[in-house]
Amino acid sequence: MSPLLSVQDLRVTFDTHRGPVEAVRGVSFDLGRERLGIVGESGSGKSQTGRALLRLSAANGRVTAKRMEFDGIDLMTASERTLRAIRGARISMIMQDPRYSLNPVMKVGDQIAEAFRIHSTADKRQARARALEMLETVQIREPEKVYQMYPHQVSGGMGQRVMIAMMLIPNPDIIIADEPTSALDVTVQMQVLALLDDMVRDRGMGLILISHDLNLVASFCDRVLVMYAGQVMEVIEAGKLQNAQHPYTRGLLSCVPELDHPQDMLPVLQRDPAWLTG
Amino acid sequence: MSAAGPMIEVQNLNVTFGQGRTELHAVRDVSFDIARGESFGLVGESGSGKSTVLRAISRLSGNWTGTVRIDGAELGRRRDRTTARQMQMVFQDPYGSLHPRHTINDILMEPLEIHRMDRRGARVLQALDEVGLGIEMRFRYPYQISGGQRQRIAIARALILEPEILLLDEPTSALDVSVQAEILNLLKTLQRERGLTYLMVSHNLAVVAHMCERVAVMNRGQFIEELTTAQLRSGTPTQDYTRQLLSASGQYSRDTAKSFVTFE
Repeated sequence: MSPLLSVQDLRVTFDTHRGPVEAVRGVSFDLGRERLGIVGESGSGKSQTGRALLRLSAANGRVTAKRMEFDGIDLMTASERTLRAIRGARISMIMQDPRYSLNPVMKVGDQIAEAFRIHSTADKRQARARALEMLETVQIREPEKVYQMYPHQVSGGMGQRVMIAMMLIPNPDIIIADEPTSALDVTVQMQVLALLDDMVRDRGMGLILISHDLNLVASFCDRVLVMYAGQVMEVIEAGKLQNAQHPYTRGLLSCVPELDHPQDMLPVLQRDPAWLTG
Repeated sequence: MSAAGPMIEVQNLNVTFGQGRTELHAVRDVSFDIARGESFGLVGESGSGKSTVLRAISRLSGNWTGTVRIDGAELGRRRDRTTARQMQMVFQDPYGSLHPRHTINDILMEPLEIHRMDRRGARVLQALDEVGLGIEMRFRYPYQISGGQRQRIAIARALILEPEILLLDEPTSALDVSVQAEILNLLKTLQRERGLTYLMVSHNLAVVAHMCERVAVMNRGQFIEELTTAQLRSGTPTQDYTRQLLSASGQYSRDTAKSFVTFE
């Protein structure tokens, strides 16, 4: 089976007044109908990788790749019109903080309905019905009531459920979730992940989960790319996190305090320039 | 002042926001003691009131009732210079807590000027050294340094007045895990060297267990239970709420996530 998305030697460079900065340096991976994690610390290029896939890099960013193909479409040469038809409808993105990604002056239900109407020929009433169904799918208890709410009236967890409903309503093939649960409490975080888990299973989607939390992502995804300074250090299969080989991955794992592993002082991560190639 | 009594003593602390119909009772009848040189942690989810407890003790929020004693002396409503010097705070976000147009030198000098302390230049250099930063940082601006370095500056600013108590409000939750490790190590070392008393607020159970000897779990403004780090580590809390928080803090499990309930 050919992958949904195939990326080879992806590079993102930003032109700044101090000269070019390479944020992503030669990232390659294939994505099937699976859950792929991209993990790294701030500045590792994980978010820029996600954005480049949708050609949403900032204006001063240059994206190059030997190949970046989605379902037979070359994303590198695709027209803006083709890209618009892909964004949201076939590949959609969930951002970190619902408070900043939702329109503050529009009812959340109308925002979900709008996402549906833009990508279909449905009329207002059909879109409203679909939005209500979708709110139920993301386990919101009183969909009719929540439909009428504005973003400031919903909690963080509910806001993220609304975002997920909005991203899922056009039935995309791939979801890119950039730190979708980092702004949430741990219990809500688990519930939102379980929801994404269900959606990916039931609809057979591909999911790219971008996060700084290696332990959490490795317990959730089928495969994890560990990124550092724009490059992939290591690819880890699910459940094999403890066998990680790369010193960066090992360092990331050991510097986190753990409940069942008390230690007086935490080991500090030593970075080695030799990790970077090219 | 008695050296034998607790360093921080809080009795029946209540904090409310707003009035009448919209009144919110954010902290309800919270009491605890912290011994000199001890670390005490407050954990809970957002809205549980854990930061509000800290802000009431530091008197950044005014509407509280109850008794707070610092080293035996009862705290007044208003901030005064003596307790301000005795008790300093480190905030969560080192991007928001440092003045963007002040150099590191200005930031570290300001408390010294307010408290009319001597040898200011020497104290600034010493403070930088103690948090592991070089003197080349002195005339830089916050935007020129990394998040971890900023949090070191925030700690240096708190320590420059030689306080006995540090109030730590999620001091590492905005940082990468590798930087978090460095800051937690620094805080531990400083505590040992100076015999500091820490009151630390965090949503991260593992971080609190790493830093503190005792932990109080909060939900909806109340203490659900108080337990030692050993009890927390061995997974033997007595309350369901704590148990759920513990199971959510580990790795992802679909079944665990489905079993969660809401606690009123």
